[in-house]
Amino acid sequence: MADKIPVAIIGSGNIGTDLLYKLKRSAVLEPVLMVGVIPESEGLARARQLGLTTSAEGISGFLAYADKVEIVFDATSAKAHREAAPTLREAGKRVVDLTPAALGPYVVPPVNLQSHLDAQEVNLVTCGGQATTPIVAAIRAVAPVAYAEIVSTVASRSAGPGTRQNIDEFTETTGHSLVAIGGADKGKAIILLNPAEPPILMRNTVYALVETVDQEAITASVRTMAATVQRYVPGYRLKADPLFDDHKVTVLLEVTGAGDFLPPYAGNLDIMTAAAVQVGEEIAKELQRRQLQRPAAARRPDVTA
Amino acid sequence: MRIFITDVTLRDGDHAMAHQFTRDQVSRIARGLDAAGVDILEVSHGDGLAGSSMQYGLSREPEEELLRAAAAVLTRAKLAILLIPGIGTKSDLRQAAELGATVARVATHCTEADISEQHIGLAKTLGMRVVGFLMMAHMIPPQQLAEQAKLMESYGADCVYVVDSAGAMVTPEARERVRALRQAIGVDIGFHAHNNLALAVANSLAAIEEGATHIDASTCGLGAGAGNTQTEVLAAVLNRLGYETAITLSHLMDVAEEEVKPVMLRPQIIDRDSLTIGYAGVYSTFLLHAKRAAKQFGVDSRALLEELGRRRMVGGQEDMILDVAVELAQAKRTPPSARAPQDSVVRG
Repeated sequence: MADKIPVAIIGSGNIGTDLLYKLKRSAVLEPVLMVGVIPESEGLARARQLGLTTSAEGISGFLAYADKVEIVFDATSAKAHREAAPTLREAGKRVVDLTPAALGPYVVPPVNLQSHLDAQEVNLVTCGGQATTPIVAAIRAVAPVAYAEIVSTVASRSAGPGTRQNIDEFTETTGHSLVAIGGADKGKAIILLNPAEPPILMRNTVYALVETVDQEAITASVRTMAATVQRYVPGYRLKADPLFDDHKVTVLLEVTGAGDFLPPYAGNLDIMTAAAVQVGEEIAKELQRRQLQRPAAARRPDVTA
Repeated sequence: MRIFITDVTLRDGDHAMAHQFTRDQVSRIARGLDAAGVDILEVSHGDGLAGSSMQYGLSREPEEELLRAAAAVLTRAKLAILLIPGIGTKSDLRQAAELGATVARVATHCTEADISEQHIGLAKTLGMRVVGFLMMAHMIPPQQLAEQAKLMESYGADCVYVVDSAGAMVTPEARERVRALRQAIGVDIGFHAHNNLALAVANSLAAIEEGATHIDASTCGLGAGAGNTQTEVLAAVLNRLGYETAITLSHLMDVAEEEVKPVMLRPQIIDRDSLTIGYAGVYSTFLLHAKRAAKQFGVDSRALLEELGRRRMVGGQEDMILDVAVELAQAKRTPPSARAPQDSVVRG
């Protein structure tokens, strides 16, 4: 078996930490570096305990260790990512961007990841985009979708300041994803925050208008897609089979987080970190394939194999 | 004392109209209300700009056409729009301003004021008067509501509303919320009621006594749930109490009778479901959606609304009506012994 691919996480907050826990389980990726900006950050302390090298010097701290990693996960903010992106590109790193910066192509793993395995940088859309675009694509696979609309409801506590201050980014980016990746002719997205205690699980509803309604084919396609997503987001589930009302298809989804670091109700954050790992792993496998195709002399020496 | 009336017939009434308002209806009603002396007239999809959706109901006519129709006939009333961040966006707001809206009412659930910062900021930049709209205000204590109002004030709101979206407040609850805002903020305070407990006018008066100067009302009461404070009734009561408005009562009564009443799809009464909404503390807009879902899935609409209240659903979660209806329908097929015991109606 090939070596694990060494990776770095930029951002030592909740998302970065949850991502770290997931990466520790990966058979393909090895988290070796976490970069933050606050020396006393709990996230950096946790990363050190788990054996990672850490830096609190931001992107310049990253550069000191850049040659140790091949893939970088950015779990900071859109602004920080825009600032770091040129440096990461010049350093020749592959980047999985979890922020809303959207410099690279949008990727939803079961739908279009294979088309972007070569991209230097990819972006993970939004939590709602990750949860609902696969369902739109699944319906689109068996029937043209004239219009897709999604509603994501998340626990207030799981919506951080970044989401809150830029809530339009969610509606606009997610709506775009339903069209560009999901394959609908038109798309619209709505996000709702619910402050109930105990916090609610992430809920998504997908509405699709289809010309031809083959209930069996649509149901089968949606079920298959849900199972595919479930392989990397175990808490992703259909609340019921698709509902049909004339030309309208309605799919009710719930996402429970894996509870790695973030609480289980934060399915909206879990689906982002889970998708990031899935994307990172596929990129890593592609890098491994290429390494194997190169002449033996050009390969890095085996360390652990 | 001068009380400013915002008539919401062409926005909250859009719920009761199942989003079927036509340009002609909007034009006639807006012209009448303007001439009758309402200060501000709100025109939008019931769920605010860009609310036309499968989630909330598709508008019969494009929103911009309805706004244009209203803007064309107003001579003294200001044109307002509702914007709920998460549904509508800043670009929708810009478009509305270009079409002539001069008042932006930016609405959030009562605990989520911080998602309105950018929209309030943009509206100010566009030169609009900005109203912060704290929905489902019965769900949190007065002090907490006041903290959220302070946020909206800090973003630039010229007025903050206590919004009883569920028509669930009894009068002391309305009173203490307005009082808490009065003590916490320096800008104007407004009150928006629903009549599910038949307290819309009474609560609006209590709000005025506590310092609110802006009151929402709807002609013929046309609005979600059992409807809103009825504009012409409020105007009559305010006259009797010696409060000053710009309304000519007889003229407004004629607009209600001749322009609004004929277009209503059903009488605006407190029926079993709208009373349940007020009693269980559920978003008034759920009314027609719950009736439809109850029919579609063969479940009891009151039980459905009670369950939504129990789960503390917030405004906009119309998809959960479907979700809960599916669950109730599944539970009906399960033998009673396998079911969890159910509480009676619980206040949300």
